[in-house]
Amino acid sequence: MAQYAVLIYAHDSAHAPDATPDDLATCDEHSDELVADGSMVAAFALTPRDMATSIRGDAVTDGPFIDSKEVVAGFYVLEAPDLDAALAIAGRNPVVHDGGGVEVRPIHSGFIGERGNPGNS
Amino acid sequence: MTDAVTVERVIEDTHRREWARVLAATVRVARDLDLAEECVQEAYATAVQVWARDGIPGNPAAWLTTTARRRAVDAIRRDAAMRHRLPLLVDPLLALPAEEEAVPDPRVGRGDDAADAIPDDRLRLIFTCCHPALAQEAQVALTLRLVLGVPTPDIARAFLVPEPTMAARITRAKRKISTARIPYRIPRPGELPDRLRGVLAVIHLLFTAGHTAASGSSLVRTDLVDRAVHLARMLRELMPDDTEVRGLLALLLVTDARRAARVGADGRLVRLQDQDRSLFDAAALAEADDLIVGCLRAGLPGRYVLQAAIASLYAQAPSFEETDWQQIVTLYDRLLEKWPSPVVELNRAVPFAMLAGPAAALGEVQRLERDGRLAGYQYLHAVKADLLSRLGRRREAAAAYGDALALTHNEPERAFLAEQIAAQLKAT
Repeated sequence: MAQYAVLIYAHDSAHAPDATPDDLATCDEHSDELVADGSMVAAFALTPRDMATSIRGDAVTDGPFIDSKEVVAGFYVLEAPDLDAALAIAGRNPVVHDGGGVEVRPIHSGFIGERGNPGNS
Repeated sequence: MTDAVTVERVIEDTHRREWARVLAATVRVARDLDLAEECVQEAYATAVQVWARDGIPGNPAAWLTTTARRRAVDAIRRDAAMRHRLPLLVDPLLALPAEEEAVPDPRVGRGDDAADAIPDDRLRLIFTCCHPALAQEAQVALTLRLVLGVPTPDIARAFLVPEPTMAARITRAKRKISTARIPYRIPRPGELPDRLRGVLAVIHLLFTAGHTAASGSSLVRTDLVDRAVHLARMLRELMPDDTEVRGLLALLLVTDARRAARVGADGRLVRLQDQDRSLFDAAALAEADDLIVGCLRAGLPGRYVLQAAIASLYAQAPSFEETDWQQIVTLYDRLLEKWPSPVVELNRAVPFAMLAGPAAALGEVQRLERDGRLAGYQYLHAVKADLLSRLGRRREAAAAYGDALALTHNEPERAFLAEQIAAQLKAT
């Protein structure tokens, strides 16, 4: 098995600080599905683009690093035997048919520290 | 003892015909594309000496495969680090440790008995090289390198890029295959149609790149064309039931059958209406015709079958004047249903002009021109120029030929267009 990061690209993240369970239903459902079938090993939902701050050189700016129609709305880690299997799982993300998409990248290495689990805010 | 010339001839022949089979079967053991390639190259080098001394084996491909696989096993045993490299190309069905797989010793037999034991993994190799996770230019380069065994410098020359650039492109693609774990397997039935389309596109692109070299002085880069046809034949052998595979082979055969007639003795481009039909390759046309008829009879022809059928009607007519324009236009209509593309619409305008007259066809071309998607497509301007010229609007024709010329880099085509401009201006 290998691990793949799936970066979710969407117009914006649904995970606003005041998001209601309804706002997040689609995301949660999909996430539950992947946890249940054992393919998702870690997941992080990011807050909307307005919350982003970027630094390039000495300049600190408001907003995402790349000014584009889509932002990274979140990312998760999949375990899959090969790229085709990872693409098949990642392709099931509802965002793919909702004006956004996903990018699948093999993971080189990484770790989650003791205090790394953000839980639900 | 076998004389060196014979050995060399057999090796060259085996290299051309069997490289893919030998490499594909070696990858299974080596589980690393670079190691597999290295072992196959060494096997060919060993063959030069051993075959001259002991005679040519009954099944050269099996001998080479056995030798290459044995080398791969030795290399993995020797180099502990190799075992810890990324286990490439993981397919549960293939994932036997190399040691457990029976690799007969080539020194024992002459390779004849081993023939049955050598798996035919060529389809796996082809689908891996043409995986959609690789850029198409990388797919093309990898296919030439790994499936056809073309040396990297030759690939670089064929695509007019510096050798280090091509080498880097191939290395990058191989690295992505192992890092991202692009599997060494034939896609599942559900994915197959999509993935096969990608493979066919790579073969077609290879052919087109050779057929009308994008720039430079020769209209046909023969070697690329031959390689593409060879690959289409290989795929047909491996997937004999797929009509689109047969259709692509037929399309390449028909198109290439006109090779000798496309360029005059002076190296200049000859238009279809002026081509000497006795120069067409009748055997290739007949083979293509058989394929096309079989596919059409099977029903629901796809894009390549229809393109082949159109090309075949053009080429098989006794003369340009006697071409069955109505049938060609009908086939274009069916092709447009399968493959709605402005290029197909443009190509349809040519037989349509023969059927409905140049004025009606010009209307179609102008509609395409307004659409804008073909603005940078040289043939839009060339077709428009030809229609204008037939309508006697020679100044406009000259201007349109000029637009085509500005977009064309192939020397014979440039010369042809320049001549047309001169002829139009002279006639005004």
